[in-house]
Amino acid sequence: MTNRKTVEVWVGVFVTIGLAALVWLAFRVGNLTTTDVANGYRVEARFEDIGSLKVRGAVTLAGVRIGRVVQIQTDPDNFQAVVTLNIDGRYKNLPTDTSASILTAGLLGEQYVGLDPGGSEEYLKEGSRIKLTQPAMVLEKLVGRLLTAFIDKPADNNKKK
Amino acid sequence: MKIFQTLGAGTLAATERLGRMSLFLLEVLSHAGMMVKRFFLVVQQLYSVGVFTLPIVLVSGLFVGMVLGLQLYNTLVKFGAAESLGLVLALSLLRELGPVVTALLFAGRAGSALTAEIGLMKATEQLAGMEMMAVNPVMRVIAPRFLAGVIAMPLLAALFSAIGIYGGQMVGVGLLGVDSGAFWSQMQNGVDFHEDIMNGVIKSIVFGVVVTWIAVFEGYDAVPNSEGVSRATNHTVVYSSLAVLGLDFVMTSLMLGEI
Repeated sequence: MTNRKTVEVWVGVFVTIGLAALVWLAFRVGNLTTTDVANGYRVEARFEDIGSLKVRGAVTLAGVRIGRVVQIQTDPDNFQAVVTLNIDGRYKNLPTDTSASILTAGLLGEQYVGLDPGGSEEYLKEGSRIKLTQPAMVLEKLVGRLLTAFIDKPADNNKKK
Repeated sequence: MKIFQTLGAGTLAATERLGRMSLFLLEVLSHAGMMVKRFFLVVQQLYSVGVFTLPIVLVSGLFVGMVLGLQLYNTLVKFGAAESLGLVLALSLLRELGPVVTALLFAGRAGSALTAEIGLMKATEQLAGMEMMAVNPVMRVIAPRFLAGVIAMPLLAALFSAIGIYGGQMVGVGLLGVDSGAFWSQMQNGVDFHEDIMNGVIKSIVFGVVVTWIAVFEGYDAVPNSEGVSRATNHTVVYSSLAVLGLDFVMTSLMLGEI
């Protein structure tokens, strides 16, 4: 039988590196570190169409992530999507006329909310609403619009003749 | 008539065995609490079950990660999505390959050793000897081995995934020239701690329970001669591999919520 101390040392090493691997996976590979938005405040934005935006999607300012989408609902009265954004407390001075648009990372990537600051002197705070919004660009609708534009033109030509 | 009799006898035998197996698990679990007092027994088994399985898990994890890196890159590059390599690699390792391949290796390396050891103890009447000395063999021999297997499996699976991702990163970033920043950031954005990492850990704990359970039961239930022990060892590897693969499907469908 192996010496008790050797056994204990090796098992200690084994358990330590096993747990270290788990912690490494959680922090380096997973997004455990990035989930918490430090003492954030919530603002609301209404969109005509949110495309495939998901809860936990990123909120960016000038391409830098400053918050996350925490809730997506629909307003039963005017059929708009109500997206609640949780923005990091460090970014307190976002003007009230900031506009929010839903953008796509890459051609087929995930969708996120991009903020574009305006020039107002008043700042967004907990519970305020972003009024200027731009809906997501849905590829199918875009293609559809393009096709109708193509079809309409030859029809006009025929009429002239 | 003969066919029905064979079928009936087979079914009854299988059911009886399953019942004995469940009772055995209950007995082992009832003694698991005692192990807190004599934790060194578990540590000793962790040494033979965990530490000795470590090299094989690390080496195969590294190579599985490297091969995945190569294969996924070749497919992803066709869609112009080579930057997603990190994400796809991490998800496939964390969700599937980490727990499953580790469990298969664990069954082959540690499970078969457990069965052979316990089976031989039975064949050489060591277990009977313990009973003569008023030592409960389930408590003294089986429970520490079972606990050690259940503790070791998730740790081994986490190590497998970690080193697999490292291997994939070596091939993807080092060899094939995927951008290192995109590799990690896509991974971090796409991998969810609860959905992906914790589900993998849950899977590996379940596999640890199943594989160790089958291994210790087969050993304890072996026919006490050399042929019986060899058959029991064989059964351990076959049954636990099948159980792992079957359970993996069931658990994945439950976790993804598709069924």
